[in-house]
Parts: sequence; structure tokens; C-alpha cells
Amino acid sequence: MVPLQNYLILSAALFTLGVIGVMVRRNLIVILMCLELMLNAVNLTFIAFARYLGSMEGQIFVLFIMVVAAAEVAVGLAIAVAIFRQKGSININDINLMKW
Amino acid sequence: MKELIFYALGAVTLASAFLVVLLRRPLHNVLFMILTMIGLAGLFVSLHAEFIAMVQLIVYAGAVMVLFLFVIMLLNLDQLHTQEGPRGLRWWAGALIAVSVAGLIVLGFKYLAPRPIPPMERIAGINNTALLGRELFTTYLLPFEVASILLLAAIIGAVILIRKQS
Repeated sequence: MVPLQNYLILSAALFTLGVIGVMVRRNLIVILMCLELMLNAVNLTFIAFARYLGSMEGQIFVLFIMVVAAAEVAVGLAIAVAIFRQKGSININDINLMKW
Repeated sequence: MKELIFYALGAVTLASAFLVVLLRRPLHNVLFMILTMIGLAGLFVSLHAEFIAMVQLIVYAGAVMVLFLFVIMLLNLDQLHTQEGPRGLRWWAGALIAVSVAGLIVLGFKYLAPRPIPPMERIAGINNTALLGRELFTTYLLPFEVASILLLAAIIGAVILIRKQS
């Protein structure tokens, strides 16, 4: 049987990769994808704990996280398309209208 | 055998997540993200969350990633070269933040789960989907309905945002 710690370490590594992506990449769509990566890492933690603690709540929570992630992606991509129409670019360095 | 499956799936998931962050072309990013999702779905199956694994495949790999692909094709982003800029300072700042996040998470795991927890045995005769459905439509009925309102709001918001002003 695989110990719980292995799943947790894998999920921490996935989350960290997502953080690196959000920090380093400049493409808005890739940044949205890295956000998805972080959400998925959290999902893996929830499912692993749900299995090892023998409770169902973790899986229910993952379903709701998926709903929120789907809504976030739909709105985020719509914003990306709107920005592209306005600026002709989705490099986040060009999106500086509200930057101090 | 279980260890072997875990390590194989984990390696595929980690490697493709790494390529999602690393590769330059958005199209390749999306394709490797789909591979990450499939690896995660396999891990969910190995954790006896079969329904979640199927939802992961259908919603994430099937719908969300195809939405990303649609937008990339629609905006012709693959031809458009996004200026990634100089790598120097920003890259180091990103690496520093990532390492500190990883350290925090690992520390948290060390103190919150100090001993290995034995997995619970499954309740005989009830499968994962039936259990999940019963919980969802009894205990968690209100959050379920709120989630449907959130999805409706997201649909309307996306349509309004993306509509051409005339």
C-alpha cells in the first residue's frame, strides 16, 4: 500500500510547479492553466485524505472545487478574449491600465 | 504492484506538469496539461475515487482543456509570439517564492500528519458513486444548488464579456 505521504509530496510538487508557472510565465492563458494545475494539486490532497481517513467529505469538496474551477476558466478565458480584442496581445506586461 | 502504478502515474503527471510550465508554445502547454489531467485521473482511480476520476476526465480533459484549445485557435495565439522577456530577476523571484511555498507545504505535512494513517476499508456493497450521490443529494443539497447558480452566473458572465459591442 502506498503511504499517504507519497500522495501529499506529489501534490505539493504539482502545486509548486503551478506557483512557478504563475510567477514566471507572461502568457495570460498559460497562467490560467497553471492556476488549474494548483487546483488539481489541491484536489489530489483532498482525495488522498478522503481515502486514508475513510470519509466522503473530501470527494464532495473536490466536486465543488471542480465546479468553481470550471466557472473560473469560463470567465477567465472570456476576459482573455476581451483583452485580446482590445490590446491585440495577451502578454500580461501589456495589461497595465490599473497598475500603480 | 500498487506502488509501481503510483510511481508510474506520478512520474507521468509530474513530468507533464513540468513541461506545462516549461514549454513556450501555448498549444503544447495545453496538450501536456491534458496528459497531467489523465495522470491525475489514474491516481484518483488508485485512491478508489472512481466517480471523481471520470468527472476529471470528462470535465477537465474533455471540456476545460478543449475550451483552452478553442481560445488559442480562435485568437491564433500559436502564431503570435508572446514576448517572455528577459529571464533574469523575475525567474529568480519565481524560483524563490516556489521554493518557500514548497518548504511551507512540506513542513505543514510533517507536523499535521506525523504518522502514516492506515487506509479505511471500503463499506461492502455500496460503490463510490452511490455513496457520493447520496451524500450530495441529502447532506450537501444546498451547496449543490448554490453551485448550479454559480455555473449559471458564470455562463451569463462569459457570454456578456465575450459579446461584440455593436
